[in-house]
Amino acid sequence: MSDQPTGCARTTGTVVGEKSSDSQLAEQTVEKKEMTMTTRVGQKAPDFTAPAYYQGKFTTVKLSDYVGKWVLLCFYPGDFTFV
Amino acid sequence: MEVISVSVDSHFVHKMWNDNELTKMVDGGVPFHMASDQAGNLGRAFGVYDENQGIELRGRFIIDPDGVIQAMEVMTPPVGRRLSETVRQIQAFQQVRASKGTEATPAGWMPGEMTLKPGPDLVGNVWKVWKPAMEK
Repeated sequence: MSDQPTGCARTTGTVVGEKSSDSQLAEQTVEKKEMTMTTRVGQKAPDFTAPAYYQGKFTTVKLSDYVGKWVLLCFYPGDFTFV
Repeated sequence: MEVISVSVDSHFVHKMWNDNELTKMVDGGVPFHMASDQAGNLGRAFGVYDENQGIELRGRFIIDPDGVIQAMEVMTPPVGRRLSETVRQIQAFQQVRASKGTEATPAGWMPGEMTLKPGPDLVGNVWKVWKPAMEK
């Protein structure tokens, strides 16, 4: 995690080791989808970096920074939704 | 243990949600990193991105200190999680890890309760040490 300069660019989370989608051919996208289907228990979690909000600051989280700790990773449908 | 939450909202929206609503539910606001995945890259990698709706399903992953996924749960949006069950699972995985895999936790196991020691003597004899009625 580190402080991140606040720009106006539309930033997003990225899987470490994957090219940005702009440069990807349709063929490679299919390959990527096949890869996503292999996520299951007992396997290594895909590493990622993502912009984040944490206690008043904008930071970057990187999953591999947490090696040595237990991590609870929770996805949810959206901010300001009801559940 | 570290918690990371992820949605397709920007980190700017995370700030507004935390500052304007979540701080009214939790003193001091959200104590963990709220990550942003606007392009759905993380969601796709973990198999929880819904391409039709452009959202991430309610996916929960317990990742051990080696970076290995030990447990996952994925729900459709209208039903919320129950944190106590997630905590119980983490405690169970920690128990197994601390035993270097020599112990296993039976169904319904809670911290402090008996664990199973798999081996030749236990084959066919689990009934002597565990039954469903033991679940609290």
